[in-house]
Amino acid sequence: MVESTAAKAPATNRIGLTQADYKGSPSTLCDGCGHDAITSQIIKAAYELALEPHKVAKLSGIGCSSKTPAYFLSRSHGFNAVHGRMPSIATGASAANKELTLMAVSGDGDTASIGLGQFCHLVRRNVPMVYIVENNGVYGLTKGQFSATADIGTKSKGGEVNEFPPIDLCGLALELGCGFVARSFAGDPKQLVALLKSALSHNGTAILDVISPCVTFNNHESSTKSYKRAKETEMPLHEIGYIPFYEQIAADYEPGSTIDVKMHDGSHIVLKKLHQDYDPTDRFQAMTTIYKANQDKQFLTGLLYIDEKKTSLTEMLHTVDKPLASLTQTELRPGKEALNEIMTSLM
Amino acid sequence: MTSLATESEKALDKSRIVNDFSIHVATINGSGSQSSNNVLMRSIFQMGIPVSGKNLFPSNIAGLPTWFTIRVNKNGYIARKKEVDILVAMNPQTAFEDVKSLPAGAVCVSPVELKLDAVRSDVHHYQVPFTELAAQATDQIKLRKLLTNMIYVGVVGELINLDFKEVEIAIARQFDGKQKAIDLNITAVNKGREWAKENIKKADPYAVERLNLTKGKIIIDGNAAAAIGCVFAGVSVVTWYPITPSSSLAESLEEYLEQYRKDKDGKATFAVIQAEDELAAIGMALGAGWAGTRSMTTTSGPGISLMSEFVGLGYFAEIPAVIFDVQRVGPSTGMPTRTAQADLFSAYQLSHGDTKHIVLLPGSVEECYSMAMAAFDLTERFQTPVFVLSDLDIGMNNWMSDPFPYPTKDLDRGKVLNAEQLNKLGEFARYKDVDGDGIPYRTLPGTNSPIAAYFTRGSGHNEKAQYTERPDDYENLMNRLNKKYDTARKYVPKPEITIEKDAKIGLIAFGSSDPAILESRDQLKVANITTSYFRLKALPFTDDLRKFVESHDRIYVVEQNRDAQLRELITMELPEYATKLKSVLHYDGLPIDARFITDAIMAEER
Ligand SMILES: Cc1ncc(C[n+]2csc(CCOP(=O)(O)OP(=O)(O)O)c2C)c(N)n1
Ligand code: SF4
Ligand SMILES: [Mg+2]
Repeated sequence: MVESTAAKAPATNRIGLTQADYKGSPSTLCDGCGHDAITSQIIKAAYELALEPHKVAKLSGIGCSSKTPAYFLSRSHGFNAVHGRMPSIATGASAANKELTLMAVSGDGDTASIGLGQFCHLVRRNVPMVYIVENNGVYGLTKGQFSATADIGTKSKGGEVNEFPPIDLCGLALELGCGFVARSFAGDPKQLVALLKSALSHNGTAILDVISPCVTFNNHESSTKSYKRAKETEMPLHEIGYIPFYEQIAADYEPGSTIDVKMHDGSHIVLKKLHQDYDPTDRFQAMTTIYKANQDKQFLTGLLYIDEKKTSLTEMLHTVDKPLASLTQTELRPGKEALNEIMTSLM
Repeated sequence: MTSLATESEKALDKSRIVNDFSIHVATINGSGSQSSNNVLMRSIFQMGIPVSGKNLFPSNIAGLPTWFTIRVNKNGYIARKKEVDILVAMNPQTAFEDVKSLPAGAVCVSPVELKLDAVRSDVHHYQVPFTELAAQATDQIKLRKLLTNMIYVGVVGELINLDFKEVEIAIARQFDGKQKAIDLNITAVNKGREWAKENIKKADPYAVERLNLTKGKIIIDGNAAAAIGCVFAGVSVVTWYPITPSSSLAESLEEYLEQYRKDKDGKATFAVIQAEDELAAIGMALGAGWAGTRSMTTTSGPGISLMSEFVGLGYFAEIPAVIFDVQRVGPSTGMPTRTAQADLFSAYQLSHGDTKHIVLLPGSVEECYSMAMAAFDLTERFQTPVFVLSDLDIGMNNWMSDPFPYPTKDLDRGKVLNAEQLNKLGEFARYKDVDGDGIPYRTLPGTNSPIAAYFTRGSGHNEKAQYTERPDDYENLMNRLNKKYDTARKYVPKPEITIEKDAKIGLIAFGSSDPAILESRDQLKVANITTSYFRLKALPFTDDLRKFVESHDRIYVVEQNRDAQLRELITMELPEYATKLKSVLHYDGLPIDARFITDAIMAEER
């Protein structure tokens, strides 16, 4: 991993900020909530990558998960939107200012239930952003009702059985042509932070479906999204290393044991083979792997799919070099001749 | 040939009606009559005669009845005229009903095989062998239906003494340099013209004569006018979901942007995104407004309903975005292509909690243009969603207008602090009323200052944008938002007020009712009823409203909806004058006409 060479974690990063500079206000979530574990890794990733906080915009919908942008990067603008509709806010913000790094947090209810439509269209448009789904299989904030990612047969705290099939957000993202699809676990910080950094280097929508147990409503014995169950069943596809563009690759891997993916910004993702051969640039393999894991009730994590060549919305809009939000009257208002020309054509 | 052919030429001459009549063309939609109607209308316009055109069309692509009415009026009255003077009955499905509804003495031009003279004997029938003439105009069978439309232009033109040089110019313009199409259409017009010359003995009184009243004027629909306003307002992010009657606003906007808003390298200073629905359209507009661009979306009633939740967030979180609502009748099945002014309530108070919005009410195509610009200034100044409510009648119909003036006012980008200003101030509280006008300062994402950032959320925030559920914080927020709304009264477009000396009656109206009101006031004057007129251009109301209501005995609020929505809002504003307020309500889906208003007021005043 990146920091392994340093003897002691530096007090400041490349741009002179401390890890504390990437924190937010104190969390008000339940003690032990998976969402807080993810928040910590977001802070760590942003600090280690030395993101400039003012260039980041944090976005979310509504839910316990969607509250979390208040708990990290307090020096970045944040937007707690309406339930299930964060993708449209993100799309507008991205069009307005293409220099922003958009970091979005949503829940499984926010994304797979009320927000499914906007999720699909965001992915389809390939809005450049990191989209984290903090997936606990329930609506935490409204006290534990099943969400659309709840597994078939899982039981609620009150003993009710879910009889509807789950929506697999990674499978859906792949189907929609997403160029970065990953699944992780709030209880696997090492993998999560590497995936977060990789996602931040991706040009396009990066979907991270992170199983994030709700300790209050969905962490019991008969739940399929509890810490215990996730820990027992997690099957990482590979070990993920992230090498930022400003560092050298120190390759000491056995030949054939790793896959190296070069990212848009010059960074590298190094995937070290574990049990099986897995090529995350093969969309068909990704599809079958996801379907098979679901069939076998396996909890597969890692980088499921990556395509660094996809065109993002920013490129498709063909706007001027500067962000639209920075344009002034001289650039925005055509001259008198233009109006005259239009008027004459209407006479 | 004609039922009144016995009338002497002399009597006819005396009773000639020049430059004051309506032409009603009944066709089937999808039959290509639109070009012919445009040519007819433009030819009259080019003769210097004031004219207006309205398309009354079904929500269908092909096969249902459509009417196009052209009003020719030397006095410049451009509202719909209820009475039809010249009917061109091309649609066999509706011909019997169309001809039955004519007033006695009107003209009916129809295909000979419909035998409409059997239905009414008290109108002037000119029965034309269209099929035969079309066959003479072209040997291509599939073109004959289209050319039939141009043949009636020739017949009607000959009847009303149209200058055929102008028809040729109008055709050349309509078919934009496509010489083959131009030639073919001119041939068809001439077929109709020659036939009429040889076969019609004119017995009706209607004719046009050249005037000089349209020189330098333009013809445009309100949606295109609004689009031009948006281009010059500097709109940068446009999001929309197709819905009649607003689609043509977004579509012509995109065309104008492509033409006038690219830099020398061909890169755009705008982004247009066709959203997946109206929820996304308003979300994108708010996201872009939050990030600092001038953003907008266009829709109609059903879309407004879908935008409700987001507009509430925009109001509470104080985010700019302009929403064009080109109003139509109710839900999506049945009457979506008919006009109404029935979204006033919903736009004004759209969403949950205590919300009220700035709503602009353009009454002409020129105001669609100027208010588009005003809307962007207001939305950024007040950091709140702003509605522009036009309707199908203004938005999609063709209106004559003076050319639009180039804006003289600079863009008002509102209270936005940049990094330098922030560093000088040393502190920043997003929702603090620093200036005492209720309008806080905002920062944009991307501002390079450690104190620039804030967290945007709905109702629960204090001055520093921190999460709060304290009663006093919420109350303070609500009161400040109210104060901000009061400040807006001084910024919104002022009403247009015409006070008649000694008038005891005042009329209040808004939007597309204006031309009908102006004409009705003249009709009322003839009946010795003088009226003052207050044309509302925006909500919130300005102080002028109270003065106007106070100084008249009876107020007629004229509007195109069932529930007297404007009258209700005035009653809320001035409860003490509630008993003075009467309603004239028009809500059949057609544009309001002057006679309707005059009759309603005369009935009360008698
Ligand atoms: C329009 C709307 N409907 C319902 C709600 C109520 N609501 C708030 S959060 C939530 C569910 C959130 O679930 P999820 O996204 O999974 O987040 P979690 O709390 O589990 O992290 C619901 C239904 C709302 N805020 N808005
Ligand atoms: S209710 Fe569940 S999801 Fe919400 S904060 Fe508590 S543990 Fe987390
Ligand atoms: Mg959840």
